[in-house]
Amino acid sequence: MEDNMPNTFFNNPIIKHASKTAITLTAFAFVGTIMLAYVFDITRAPIAASEKEARLALFKQILPENTYDNELLKETVQIAPNEQLGNLQTTTANIAKLKGKTAGVILEAIAHDGYSGDIKLLIAIRADGSISGVRVLAHKETPGLGDYIDITHGNWITLFNNESINKTSAAQWQVKKDGGKFDYMVGATITPRAVVNAVFKTTQFFEKNKKILFAVDN
Amino acid sequence: MMNTYKEITTNGLWKQNPGVVQLLGLCPTLAVTTTAVNGLSLGIATALVMAASNGSVSPVRRFIPSEIRVPVFILIIAALVTVIDLSINAFAHPLHKVLGIFIPLIVVNCIVLARVESFAAKNVPIPSMLDGLMMGLGLTLVLGLLGAMREFIGKGTVLSGLDLVFSTLPKALYTMPDYHGFLLAVLPPGAFLGLGALIAIRNWIELRQLAKTNTSLSQLKPVLGH
Repeated sequence: MEDNMPNTFFNNPIIKHASKTAITLTAFAFVGTIMLAYVFDITRAPIAASEKEARLALFKQILPENTYDNELLKETVQIAPNEQLGNLQTTTANIAKLKGKTAGVILEAIAHDGYSGDIKLLIAIRADGSISGVRVLAHKETPGLGDYIDITHGNWITLFNNESINKTSAAQWQVKKDGGKFDYMVGATITPRAVVNAVFKTTQFFEKNKKILFAVDN
Repeated sequence: MMNTYKEITTNGLWKQNPGVVQLLGLCPTLAVTTTAVNGLSLGIATALVMAASNGSVSPVRRFIPSEIRVPVFILIIAALVTVIDLSINAFAHPLHKVLGIFIPLIVVNCIVLARVESFAAKNVPIPSMLDGLMMGLGLTLVLGLLGAMREFIGKGTVLSGLDLVFSTLPKALYTMPDYHGFLLAVLPPGAFLGLGALIAIRNWIELRQLAKTNTSLSQLKPVLGH
């Protein structure tokens, strides 16, 4: 120490230097945060709108627009983690209504037994229990092999259209290799097996819970 | 001054190309280049981030104590990447779904920090921005070419996924009829093989040019050493 001051915490040269640099760092963090807050604010509405639009476009693919007249995104039921749907977190089911009468429901299901990772499915079921349509929301199946379950890579997923557990017996809800009625591509059986199973369990879930699902009135 | 700009441009696009010469930022190079559109989109996003980060570090370089320059650089880059991420999510939503996790990963793409540290921290703003942009475009070039190669060989399409960027555009410019695909090209090994081919092609062109100018073998060695 060059002067007679006692060596206190605040005139320790290391602390002094650290405080100065910390202030500089804080200043940069502050400017950065302002910028982010501003951009977040102006993009929030467009992002919400695009997400809603993307969701509705997907709904349109599996549930024809003329079969309902309510706002699907507003009439929802929360479903707690359920073994049949395979959801580990609470998911949202969208209820479709036509002239006030329940017309169908859109359920999210997850197959955990795919070839690699979970397969997320969106399944639309009409009020009579028949399937209106199924789409794969997300999957990590092998490109070029197992990914034909995705509508952008093939029409396989449309095999489920108009299926139901009344029309097809439980034993038939399997891929052909296992003695069921559903086609599959040679070389990738695990993927369609997982999807068929998940869709089947979802229809069972629907039959069991349709009273609760359709009880909502708002 | 004009010469400096020219040099910065040729450095970024050819001589010091990040993708095939510096070999920095290989994670996105290998991971997203399953199609040309994916590669080009991530490349352009990276180029924007690089131009913006170089452009914002350069004017304030004197205020950044050298001890904390790396945290400050990362902070600036992270903020800019978040801005680009939010913008793509808001205005090109389907593309955001495809590029997904790779946009935030631009933060840790070492080429971005490398240019900030080695160029922007030592130079004036305009050349710094140009350097960031050109290095980014050099990477975009590699990502685009690699993506185009992989999707054509792997899936038989040219520029598939255009509709993800602009919903009015067609799904693909060209699709080879009855092509059953060559899976290897789409899978990760295809990325390594394709990148290897691009590096070989670039070195071959470089060697031919040197041979044309009648350089002796001793001068060729640094090129061979890449």
